[in-house]
Amino acid sequence: MNIHEYQAKNLFRKYNVRTLEGIIASNSDEAAKACSILGGNIWVVKAQVHAGGRGKGGGIILCRSIDEVHEAANKLIGSNLVTPQTTSDGVKIRKVYVEKGCNIAKEFYLGIVLDREKELPVIMASTEGGIEIEEVAKKNPEKILKAHVDPISGLGDWQARKIAFGLGLQGKQMKSGMVFMKKLYHLFIDLDCSIVEINPLVITTDDDVIALDAKINFDSSALFKHSNIEKLRDTTEEEPLETKATVAGLNYIKLNGEIGCMVNGAGLAMATMDIIKLHGGEPANFLDVGGGATAEQVTKGFQIILSDSKVKAIFVNIFGGIMRCDFIAEGIITAAKEININVPLIVRLAGTNVELGKKMLLDSGLELITADDMDDGAKKTIESIKGVA
Amino acid sequence: MSIWLNSDSKIVVQGITGKNGQFHTEQMIDYGTKVIGGVTPGKGGKETLGLPIWNTVDKAVDMGANVSCIFVPPAFAADAIMESADSGIGLIVAITEGIPALDMVKAKKYINSKDTILIGPNCPGIITPGESKVGIMPGHIHRKGDVGIISRSGTLTYEAVNQVTEIGLGQSTCIGIGGDPVNGTNFIDCLEAFEKDKDTKSIIMIGEIGGNAEELASEYVQEYISKPVIGFIAGRTAPPGKRMGHAGAIISGGKGTAKEKMKAMQRAGIHITENPAELGKTLEEII
Repeated sequence: MNIHEYQAKNLFRKYNVRTLEGIIASNSDEAAKACSILGGNIWVVKAQVHAGGRGKGGGIILCRSIDEVHEAANKLIGSNLVTPQTTSDGVKIRKVYVEKGCNIAKEFYLGIVLDREKELPVIMASTEGGIEIEEVAKKNPEKILKAHVDPISGLGDWQARKIAFGLGLQGKQMKSGMVFMKKLYHLFIDLDCSIVEINPLVITTDDDVIALDAKINFDSSALFKHSNIEKLRDTTEEEPLETKATVAGLNYIKLNGEIGCMVNGAGLAMATMDIIKLHGGEPANFLDVGGGATAEQVTKGFQIILSDSKVKAIFVNIFGGIMRCDFIAEGIITAAKEININVPLIVRLAGTNVELGKKMLLDSGLELITADDMDDGAKKTIESIKGVA
Repeated sequence: MSIWLNSDSKIVVQGITGKNGQFHTEQMIDYGTKVIGGVTPGKGGKETLGLPIWNTVDKAVDMGANVSCIFVPPAFAADAIMESADSGIGLIVAITEGIPALDMVKAKKYINSKDTILIGPNCPGIITPGESKVGIMPGHIHRKGDVGIISRSGTLTYEAVNQVTEIGLGQSTCIGIGGDPVNGTNFIDCLEAFEKDKDTKSIIMIGEIGGNAEELASEYVQEYISKPVIGFIAGRTAPPGKRMGHAGAIISGGKGTAKEKMKAMQRAGIHITENPAELGKTLEEII
C-alpha cells in the first residue's frame, strides 16, 4: 500500500527522522496561508500523487514569494500530472504540500527495501542522489552502497558508519547520518514497510541531514498489525474498480484490452492473460476469484468486469481444485440472471466436478460458448469479438 | 521413488480445527495421506476427525510426526513454522496465504539454523501421487509417473499436472513453492532433489514475474541438471508496479519481467513454451 509524501513525512517525524516543516493544502489560498505559518522566504510546492518522477513531470515547483506559491498551487491542483511513471493521461492532483526551503550542500539517495534474493532488509545509499536510482544501479552499480541487516541484531553502528564513510560524510554530518539511518531502519521494521525511500536525502550547509522527499510502501499482508496505517489509504489514488474488487474480496487489476478474464488462482490468471495476448487479443483485466469464491463473488466479478466499457467478451477459465466446477457454474448462472451479460461469454471448466458443472451450464439455457481447454477458450474468445471491433 | 514425501511420511496438521484445516485434513486422509493428528493450542487432549489434538508440535513429534502442514492464520503462521522447526519436523508445508514479509524474514533466518525443509508459504503444498498428499491440490488429477513439477503458483500447477496426465504420463512429485517474496524451498532445492531422484526423468518448472529466482534456477540448470527441463513464465502481459495476486508477483524497478526470465531459461537450455496450454505437448516433443 502506498501513501503520499506528506503522510510519509508525518510518520518520519514520529520516528524522529529529520524532515523540513510543511503543510498540506487543497487549494491555493490554503497554500498561501501555509507560507505565512511556515515563515521564511523560500518554499517548495509539491504535488501529492502516488506516482513517482514528480519533479520530471513539473509537479514540484520552487517559489520565492507567496504570490508564486499561490500561482503554483493554482496551476497544480486540479490538473493532471504526467510523469515517466504514469500513463499519458497522468494522474489528478488533489492536494499540494507546501514545504520550507533549505540550503542544500549535497544530495544523496537512501533507501531500505526487502532483498528477495538474500531474504533480508537491505539499506542502500548513493552519492548519486536526486536522479533515478535504477539508472545508477544499471550503469554504475559500484556507486550504490549496501548493507544487509540481520533482523535479529538490527542495523549495527558499524554498518551505518560504513555507509556514512562511503558517502563521504564527515564530522557532525557523520554522526547525524548514522542516527538518521538507524531511525529510518527502526521505522521500516516497526511499520512493516516493503520500501522506504528518500531521494534526495540532503546535507544542508549547516551539516544537518534531512529527508527532502519521502516514499513509503507498506506490506499489504501486514496491515492487520497497523490500523493507523490502513487509515492513510487514499482510495482516490486507486483505480475505482480495483477498490470495489478489494471490498468484494476479489483480486482485480485493470488493464487496457478488450477481453475480460475471470480465473481462479493468480498464476493461472496471469497465464490466461498471456495466452490471450499470444493469440492476438488484449486482456482487459487480471481477476483472481480465489480458491473459495461464492456465487455472490462471481456475480460481483462479472459486474466489475462489465463496468469497464472497453470489454467486448469475457473468458472464464477455471481449474477446479478445491473449488468445485459446479459451484462456479452456479455462480455463472446466478450472475447471468441478476445482471445483463451483453457480451460473448466463453467458459472453460476443468478439474473437480467438471461434468456436473458443464451439464448445469448446458441445462441453464444460457447463451455461452464452452471451451475444452485454455487454448481453445482463448481462441474462441478472440474469434467472438472479430467483426465486433 | 520421489522427493521428500512418500507413503511412510507421518503428518501433523497445525491449525487442524480451523475451517480450512478441517476440510483439507479430510481430503488428505481420503487421498491416503498418513495424518496422525493435529495441533491447536488450548485444544490439546480433544479429538477431531477421529484424530488426537495436541497443544504443541513436540507432542506430535513424540508420536512419530515428521511432516507438518500449516493452516494457521497469517498473524500466527511464522510462529507456527518456527515451532515446527524447533520440534525437529523434517518437512514443513506452509499453506497459509498473507504472512507479513518481515515475519517470514525472521522465520527463515531461524529455520536456516535447523535441519528442516520449508515449502511455502502461500502454496498448494507437495504431492507424491499414489503415496501422499500434503496440501490443498486436487488429488484426482495426478497420476504416478516420472515427471517432476515445480511451480510458484497453485492452479497453474494443476494445469501442468493435468496436461502431463492427459498425454499419458504421470508425476514423481509435484511441489508448489509459493508466491511470496520470502519463502522456504526455492527452485534450486527442488531441481537438485529431482536430479538426484532416479525415478524422475524430466522436470517442468513454472515461474512467474517478480524477483530473480527463475534466473538463479536457470544458471543452476545449465550447470548441474542433466534431465530435460520444460519451462514457462506467467505474467508476460503484466504491467510493471502492479502486484498480480501473489505478494511476490510484481515487476519493480524494471526487474523481474517475464521476458528476462524466459531469456535466462532459454540460455540455460531449458525448453520454454510461451503457451501455458502446451506444457504437455512441449514435454512430449522433448522426450
